[in-house]
Amino acid sequence: MKTHKLIYLIALTLAVFPLAGCHKGLQKTTPLPGWAQKPPGNDDGLKPLDSGLKTSDTSAIGKDGLVPMGDKDLHNWKPSADQPFKGDTVYFEFDKATIKSSETHKLDSIASRMKGLQGKALRIEGHCDERGTEEYNRSLGDRRALALREYLVRAGIDYQMIDTISYGEDRPLNPGHNEAAWSKNRRGEFVVIEPPR
Amino acid sequence: MKYLLTSVLTACGIFSLTSIAISADPTLRIERNYDDLGFLKPIPVSISGFSGEVDSVLKNDLIFMGVQNVAPTEARYFITGSNGERVEGRVTEKVTKTELMAKAYAGGSKRVQAHALADDIAKLLTQLPGIAQTKVAFKVETGPSVGEIYIADYDGHNPQAVTRDNSLVAAPSWSSRGVMYYASYKLGKPEVFSHELGSGARRALVHGPGSTMSPAVSPDGQKIAFIWNKGGSPNLYVCQSDGSSVQQLSKSRDAESSPCWSRDSQTVCFVSRERGPANLFTISANGTGRRHLSTVGVGNATEPAWSPDGKWIAFTAQRSGGFDICIVKAQGGPVMVLTEGEDPSWAPNSRAIIFCKGPDHRKVLSLLDAPTRHVKDIARISESNSQPSWAP
Repeated sequence: MKTHKLIYLIALTLAVFPLAGCHKGLQKTTPLPGWAQKPPGNDDGLKPLDSGLKTSDTSAIGKDGLVPMGDKDLHNWKPSADQPFKGDTVYFEFDKATIKSSETHKLDSIASRMKGLQGKALRIEGHCDERGTEEYNRSLGDRRALALREYLVRAGIDYQMIDTISYGEDRPLNPGHNEAAWSKNRRGEFVVIEPPR
Repeated sequence: MKYLLTSVLTACGIFSLTSIAISADPTLRIERNYDDLGFLKPIPVSISGFSGEVDSVLKNDLIFMGVQNVAPTEARYFITGSNGERVEGRVTEKVTKTELMAKAYAGGSKRVQAHALADDIAKLLTQLPGIAQTKVAFKVETGPSVGEIYIADYDGHNPQAVTRDNSLVAAPSWSSRGVMYYASYKLGKPEVFSHELGSGARRALVHGPGSTMSPAVSPDGQKIAFIWNKGGSPNLYVCQSDGSSVQQLSKSRDAESSPCWSRDSQTVCFVSRERGPANLFTISANGTGRRHLSTVGVGNATEPAWSPDGKWIAFTAQRSGGFDICIVKAQGGPVMVLTEGEDPSWAPNSRAIIFCKGPDHRKVLSLLDAPTRHVKDIARISESNSQPSWAP
């Protein structure tokens, strides 16, 4: 259908344009290519979207307990206006990526409330305190986000609908240089995301 | 007998610098002594005749190349010269008065000419590669949660932005083929890009789900080691410089980070939490022979950097309250703690190290002469500078 194609083209143009527009660096420097060359959402732009609803599908969990990243690209999905999990930030021990038993109730709550969010997905942001080197913390923050993702997948959330991103030590919640600040910075945050319009 | 020898050096890609050998007698044997670790002991020279910027550039350059300015009575060689119309310099052996080198420089700025003279003196006296005209890349924090990759002369002068993405950026690694690799969050997640410095062309290193981080290009420029989480944990991968032939080298459940390469581009050293705290490991680029690298005396070793001569691995050790720059022999063993700081990167002379220090978001880059532990901070750009990578 022609109208369908037209809408698709507009959506594609809008998705690519902001990246093509950010061209103010060294004169020769090109905009970053890569994902932007492909339609958002891995070619299923305007098709019906999955919900996070799948229950008790734990087939994605490997023997080693690891859950591979899904094929669905959620990186360009945008945070929803409503963020119901702001108060559910999970905190970690120093230099650890294991989930404390005192924190699991937050994850259980997120898993059950997530099932009511039709068509939306979850982005887990992993963060560290400053007491580690930069790239070490980028990996540690990633490991934290992935540990939270594993828990939620075991609790029944579709692994394709959970994205992770590590900010390492780049985005501290508290800029202080003491344990009170650090304990708030070692965290995983949960952002509800939806497809770009 | 006088003869003319002209060599053209390209400095900054703009000025062409010419050096003219006025006279030279290279037949004299130069005495070189080595310390217990095998580093060349600083060669004592007495520098005179220069002024202002040329004088300070020359002296600073030579310190990081194993040549030390001392009182005339302590010196073995005299370095004399001038910087009027052009920079001129002579190296004379003190006792025999033999002139070993005499050169004049034309083109470029006086600063560039001083760097060229320093390189010529260091190469003559130490037989190590000159580093005074080399460059470094690093991360500049330009605001809260945003940064850019910059390049500058090794001493921090002539900084130039490589990226203008206004996004989080990390871990530049400089290839011998004029390509920079780094991770950018510009498209919504950390992703490794290659960036040809000549043409400005950029492309994602690999395509696939998840985040790619911490790229390290091999000394031959052909392979990239990096961290990828597509299997559900941040693991070590290697691919060709064009992103092809991706191979997973580790399948640990624990976070891995910060790969670097051996001199022959055959072995990767990286960080794993396999043993609890952070430890260094080596593995061959084909995935065989994984081995723990012992760092006796320090805990929490991260950010390894293999020296270009293959002998040393510099790394960051974490202690309560801070970080130290350390070195250990490439096969592992007792550790030498050199100075406070983090994220070391070796100069091509396998002697000088650039690193960063200071609290988060207020970091400054600093130069270190490993054998003498001489340290000098370089000018900071914007809020915070970190993750230096010395150009090969």
